[in-house]
Amino acid sequence: VFKRFVEIGRVAFISFGPHAGKLVAIVDVIDQNRALVDGPCSGVRRQAMPFKCMQLTDFVLKFPHSARQKCVRLAWEKENINEKWAATRWAKKIEAREKKAKMTDFDRYKVMKAKKMRNRIIKHEMKKLQKMSSKKGKKSEKAQKSEKAQKSEKAQKSPKAQK
Amino acid sequence: MAGEKAAGEKKPGEKKPGKKKTDEKKPAEQKASQKEVGEKKKKIKKHHASRNPVLARGIGRYSRSAMYARKALYKRKYTAPETKIEKKKKEKPRATITKPVGGDKNGGSRVVKIRKMPRYYPTEDVPRKLLSHGKKPFCQHKRRLRASITPGTVLILLTGRHRGKRVVFLKQLATGLLLVTGPLVINRVPLRRAHQKFVIATSTKVDITGVKIPKHLTDAYFKKKRLRKPKHQEGEIFDTEKEKYEITEQRKSDQKAVDSQILARIKKVPQLRGYLRSTFCLSNGVYPHKLVF
Repeated sequence: VFKRFVEIGRVAFISFGPHAGKLVAIVDVIDQNRALVDGPCSGVRRQAMPFKCMQLTDFVLKFPHSARQKCVRLAWEKENINEKWAATRWAKKIEAREKKAKMTDFDRYKVMKAKKMRNRIIKHEMKKLQKMSSKKGKKSEKAQKSEKAQKSEKAQKSPKAQK
Repeated sequence: MAGEKAAGEKKPGEKKPGKKKTDEKKPAEQKASQKEVGEKKKKIKKHHASRNPVLARGIGRYSRSAMYARKALYKRKYTAPETKIEKKKKEKPRATITKPVGGDKNGGSRVVKIRKMPRYYPTEDVPRKLLSHGKKPFCQHKRRLRASITPGTVLILLTGRHRGKRVVFLKQLATGLLLVTGPLVINRVPLRRAHQKFVIATSTKVDITGVKIPKHLTDAYFKKKRLRKPKHQEGEIFDTEKEKYEITEQRKSDQKAVDSQILARIKKVPQLRGYLRSTFCLSNGVYPHKLVF
């Protein structure tokens, strides 16, 4: 039922407060509500932090409880948490949200045009498929055409994401 | 004594301004000064000792009028040279002007007063108004421009017949209104004035350096023309008012001159032309206070 546990070395993402948006490692548990936390590679000083503002990630580091900052840093860099984090979908979603909020009027126009073009291409392929299937009704040909449509869709997705 | 005399003779050209000497000054020095006057014609005469003997400190023997006579000031009346301002004041303004006689008794000329007597005197005098401070007329107001609006910024017009259109800002005019152009071929907005308050400034800028805007595009050029000829009072009052606005040739040529320069720069930015063609609108879930322009 639960997959991520609060343990020594668990990397957590801070969701609100003064350090919102940063990653920290749990170094020790103080009591039911707080943990001793340290983020040497993300600019968070060693401090107590309530569990409520932390969200657990999938990453766990190996260091003994109450290890000093140097050890935490070594473990962090050994596991390359910063890069791994940037590659997760979670971090990418956050980044996309930020970018969307920063869009200017001109950017919104460009996105609108790109989306429109993409949808047009997809619709075009779909219509072709539907026509094929209704005309010929052969299962093998349908499979071939749907493969083609998927390939062209993927080709269009990448230029749009580069925005 | 002798030394003083010698000193006086040796330095004939020395002026001793405002130096009121004591009674030790000898008439001998006066003679010397007279001689020197003869020698150098443009020499300044030496000052006489005080003709008003002192009775006690601060109190002289003779009164002001007596001193006037003793110093012979009736003979010495000087005036300062006339300054330019006084000269200007002396020039009397023209009182009358000569105009030709028109109308029935045509030909010839008549003399007309420039400054006429008042044709009405109010029965009660208007009380003097209190002095006010800092109330300037509109022409002297300070014009401000938002920092986000610089030449070349794309603005979104919010009011007027061109509402929602995206437009290029050129410059601020003397009354504070913004001079703005479509360009005309892109969105049918001509060279026009827009009010700063009714405009959203986007962060998109067109590089307008080096674009020359003609000098005659001022507020007077754009001001609406109103005919004022109240001669027909029996009817036909509304016919003289220009209902249909005609685009003059000058406007067309000015538009072309400005737009040709700007269009070249717009073409360089990809998709900018289409952006200027589009209009701004809000839809569900779009809140202006959350948008970054």
